[in-house]
Amino acid sequence: MKYSKKVIEHFTNPKNVGEIKNADGTGKVGNPVCGDIMWVYIKVGKRKTKKGEEEYIKDIKFQTMGCAAAIATSSMLTELAKGKTLKEAKKLSRKDIADALDGLPPIKMHCSNLAADALHKAIEDYEKKKKVRAKRRKDENQTNTNL
Amino acid sequence: MKTKKIYLDAAATTPVAREVLDAMLPYFSERFGNASSLHAFGREAREAIEKAREKVAGVINAKPEEIVFTSGGTEADNLAIEGLALAHPDKKHIITSAIEHPAVLETCKTLEKQGYDVSYIPVDSEGIVDLDRLEQEIRDETLLVSIMHINNEIGTIQPIKKIAKICQEHGIYFHTDAVQSFGKLKLDMKKIKVDLLSISAHKLFGPKGVGALYVRNGVKLKALLSGGGHEQGLRSGTENTAGIVGLGKASEIAVKKISGNEYKNIEKTRNKLLERLLEIQGVRLNGSKEKRIFNNINVSFQGIEGEALVLMLDKKGIACSTGSACSSHKLEPSHVLLALGLSELEAHGSLRLTLAYPLTEDEIEYVTSAIEESVRKLRRISPFK
Ligand SMILES: Cc1ncc(COP(=O)(O)O)c(C=O)c1O
Ligand code: FES
Repeated sequence: MKYSKKVIEHFTNPKNVGEIKNADGTGKVGNPVCGDIMWVYIKVGKRKTKKGEEEYIKDIKFQTMGCAAAIATSSMLTELAKGKTLKEAKKLSRKDIADALDGLPPIKMHCSNLAADALHKAIEDYEKKKKVRAKRRKDENQTNTNL
Repeated sequence: MKTKKIYLDAAATTPVAREVLDAMLPYFSERFGNASSLHAFGREAREAIEKAREKVAGVINAKPEEIVFTSGGTEADNLAIEGLALAHPDKKHIITSAIEHPAVLETCKTLEKQGYDVSYIPVDSEGIVDLDRLEQEIRDETLLVSIMHINNEIGTIQPIKKIAKICQEHGIYFHTDAVQSFGKLKLDMKKIKVDLLSISAHKLFGPKGVGALYVRNGVKLKALLSGGGHEQGLRSGTENTAGIVGLGKASEIAVKKISGNEYKNIEKTRNKLLERLLEIQGVRLNGSKEKRIFNNINVSFQGIEGEALVLMLDKKGIACSTGSACSSHKLEPSHVLLALGLSELEAHGSLRLTLAYPLTEDEIEYVTSAIEESVRKLRRISPFK
């Protein structure tokens, strides 16, 4: 089995390693195939566009216990996701990540699954929390008017 | 940084020793004869093969006619187990251990599909086969016990003398896969009643693709290959003369090593390296501390994955291996480490180092700091510190 140069590069010098304290969203996934673990943290920002406002991934970090492919895909994922709008980031697939790494050995394709899943989970987590916050705010407003 | 090259994967394979290669070379083109031919070319090859047979037999104090040359350890294991089963169709129960090499385990699985019953004896936390359990499993229809001598992953030495005795008492055949111990530990077929014993050349500074099966006189096997009836009808096919000569030469050298200091020196440096590695935080030794082959280290590092560690060490010129799921074709953690009672996570962080020669102080220092540094780096990436 042989890894591409890109995989080895990202494995040797992974980008965006670590934890974000007070992350807006966290995605924790485990690999049912080989038992590896990947945690992704995101910070979401807002920026003005012509049509109004959009949410984007302002910061992203990861922690992974896994093979070289798992570490490289985590690192590549963070590079690909950083700066993307949430809508774009949701569309990031395992194929995008594998392609950006100049491919993965067939037996290692599942590692890139893990990375894509972790990101999608982190976004989901963010959106869920946002909904809860919005609801709480609404409830609070209602109590206020009832005073 | 200058990269040294340090080979610490002797349990996977070893280089062909210079003397072994020199002994083999003439048999490729000058002395190319078919050992079955009547003419001088054939006789020359035959003579070389028979000399090699004596040398191989000499390592384990067997008779030359009890050695059957094969294409390696895998074939020897297959011939021993399946060959014995086919020759004794009346008994359909086999006992083996949970930590055997796939060459044994998969052969047993094949027989299971053909209606055989196989008992897989568990091991204790050090990897030693539970002898009480083994004896309890013996029944009237038990044909064979197959337990390896040295485990290839954790280096554990099984009590084969005791197992041989149990088998003898019950009139059962005993096969041992001695691929990792042949030429390394003293073995005497006159003193231990082993019926079948597997040998491979490439773990002993011999060539790949050649091995042998010791078959005690009187033990009946059925050949697995049909053909010209070579090797007393047990292994058809024109003999791999050069390979066999290589195995013979490697055996001759090994006998000297067993009685000399080489292996003791390897053990001394292995102990030093192990001591250093056990100082690293979050490390555990897998297998037995005492009942262990002199050149094996198997440790697990908490919070990291073995394939990543192996690759990182490879970048530093150190060659070793792991029992992690990520490095196996089946993406399953090592069955040996799981059988010891390790969790999947612990098996995941395992590292096996097997020495081919004594290490220098510099090498021990270099390997220790390379492992320390790599473990630290991987833990920085890991969610578990
Ligand atoms: C314990 C054991 N048995 C059998 C084998 C297979 O030997 P070979 O590679 O010669 O087929 C090996 C080596 O891979 C081994 O370590
Ligand atoms: S994460 Fe285990 S094989 Fe890649």
